[in-house]
Amino acid sequence: MNVEVKPMKTAAELALANTFAAVRDRLPGGGPVAALRESAFRSFDAHGLPHRRIEEWKYTDLRALMREAKPLAAPPDAAAKARAKAAPCPIGDVECRRIVFVNGAFVPELSDLGALEKGLTIDSMAAALAKGDPLITQHLGKVVASDDAALALNTALMGDGALVHVAAGAVVDRPLHLAFIGPDKAASVFARSLIVIEKGARAMLIESHEGADADYQVNAALELVVGDEAHVDHVKLIGEGAKALHVSTLLAAIGAHARFNTFTFTTGGAVVRNQMFIRFDGAETVAGIRGATLLQKRQHADTTLIADHVAVGCQSRELFKSVLDGDSRAVFQGKIIVRPGAQKTDAKMMTQALLLSDRAEADNKPELEIFADDVQCGHGATAGALDQNLLFYLKARGIPQKQAEALLIQSFVGEAIEGIEHAGLREILMEAVAAHLSARG
Amino acid sequence: MALLEIKNLHAEVDGKKILNGIDLTVEKGQLHAIMGPNGSGKSTLSYVLAGKPGYTVTEGEVLLDGENLLAMEPDERAAKGVFLAFQYPLEIPGVASMTFLRTALNAQRKRRGQPELSTPEFIKRVREVAGKLEIEQEMLRRAVNVGFSGGEKKRNEILQMTLLEPRLAILDETDSGLDIDALRVVADGVNRQRAPERSMIVITHYQRLLNYIVPDVVHVLSKGRVVKTGGKDLAHELEARGYAQYQDEAAA
Repeated sequence: MNVEVKPMKTAAELALANTFAAVRDRLPGGGPVAALRESAFRSFDAHGLPHRRIEEWKYTDLRALMREAKPLAAPPDAAAKARAKAAPCPIGDVECRRIVFVNGAFVPELSDLGALEKGLTIDSMAAALAKGDPLITQHLGKVVASDDAALALNTALMGDGALVHVAAGAVVDRPLHLAFIGPDKAASVFARSLIVIEKGARAMLIESHEGADADYQVNAALELVVGDEAHVDHVKLIGEGAKALHVSTLLAAIGAHARFNTFTFTTGGAVVRNQMFIRFDGAETVAGIRGATLLQKRQHADTTLIADHVAVGCQSRELFKSVLDGDSRAVFQGKIIVRPGAQKTDAKMMTQALLLSDRAEADNKPELEIFADDVQCGHGATAGALDQNLLFYLKARGIPQKQAEALLIQSFVGEAIEGIEHAGLREILMEAVAAHLSARG
Repeated sequence: MALLEIKNLHAEVDGKKILNGIDLTVEKGQLHAIMGPNGSGKSTLSYVLAGKPGYTVTEGEVLLDGENLLAMEPDERAAKGVFLAFQYPLEIPGVASMTFLRTALNAQRKRRGQPELSTPEFIKRVREVAGKLEIEQEMLRRAVNVGFSGGEKKRNEILQMTLLEPRLAILDETDSGLDIDALRVVADGVNRQRAPERSMIVITHYQRLLNYIVPDVVHVLSKGRVVKTGGKDLAHELEARGYAQYQDEAAA
């Protein structure tokens, strides 16, 4: 006799179901959006929170890590806005247009919306959902199809975020900084953004996620459409508060003859899952997908990437570095898929972990799935301690231990940071690495 | 007081005894050559003096200006003026040569209570020294030793020595892998650094280098001990007759 065993729902899953039932009628968006939410929630509810027996979540058992689901964060009050205003900018004085979200909600009075470059449109996602913006109808939930449970949850509960459109041929001079500032109490945020960069346009996006030392949860998703011949740089800084749970998803569809770079810098959060589903739809695009993760204490950060080559002749370079101290753990799961039509694909993926402590753990899982026969693909993975011979060489020149270690760690991480085209941001990130290392003591 | 006193030094690596009671005294301003066959312990001695991890001193002592050198970390030794020119200089990908030189120089100056060099001062100083050693500016823009030929790496060691102005420079087979022109450039670089306040230990397998860098004292090392000490003529004698006789002596 076969009996289907349905596992009991966890407290967090029950709470999420209750939340959805309670707020579904209040969430922004009309009929089609409501239907999208409904179907996403059903998909989530059927499987529950992903756990270690789901291959894609093997190393980040969200069901176990997320004991409870925090209530939805309230819209920011005056105090929250004041706090956000006072918070130091994670990209320092890099010239940019800052668009601020507090507790997941767009805050126009903290955002710089003046003198928009020609062809640039910025709106709040909540407003766009409510009025049924054509971009929403055209793209939302459709950029890259995925049945990922965390993404489904985001779609079901998405509140606010950014809707950005860059018209064909437009050049956005100032980098666009989407600054997400988390709640300062136990609450949850479901942010959703859609960015459409049309043919031949140029833009740089910086996405930062920061927060206080509170027990909050963030589920953020960004859908990105990069048109043919467009040139787009995306830099994401995950610097959440020390107790935060952060799950974020990038869904990107890249056109032909485009240039696309994305870089994720992860230093904050108790548990971080950063997932990227990137599809190359057009021929001969050149892309860099990179990241650096610096962890300490009991931090856990998971980078999961699928680079899906559908079109012919694209080049992608994937490079991920992690530096692990204390009892921290970094996970990298990277898969390059080369579809039958994607001949002449040139893809190389490397992941490297530097373990500064005996108790730190790195799990690297690079994969290639190739269905074409004329491609150049490769992957590599390393994990190890600092090279004692190099340390001795530096010390023999008078450089003290900690400084010698810092020099080697900076050079290790620097190799990934070098891939960022914006010189000012490269500097800011190298300074952030140095600051992180000097905090090691 | 002698600058360096090595007394009955015994050391082992991975449980294998390499140095078996070395006695050696270097006065201020002297240049000592240490010669010996492969495996006699020359490089081990240089690593023990510089403080390389994994080299265990089991007996004896080493004094620098009367201070216990062996109790110091490698970076403290460097700050006290000990410099080891590596036989095989390491490549450090990602660390720019200038950053490396500057960090080292300023770390040592800081320890000695000297102010850091300003950027223009530092760059001027490096260019001056690099020029004399025929090191291209382009090389200094690269990561430390990355993509350097064997000879370029050795010249880079002498560049570091010149900038750091040590009181005790130990040159471990600096001549190995150099052609005759490069040897001359390196030897000139070393000779320019000879000074009344600076002592040097030049470790070499061949007498050839000592035609260019003339030692005050020559020691022959065999099986981890100094088996013969003499003047510069000892090097010529070794060249003519080889190390065989000393290997037998050490065994006896």
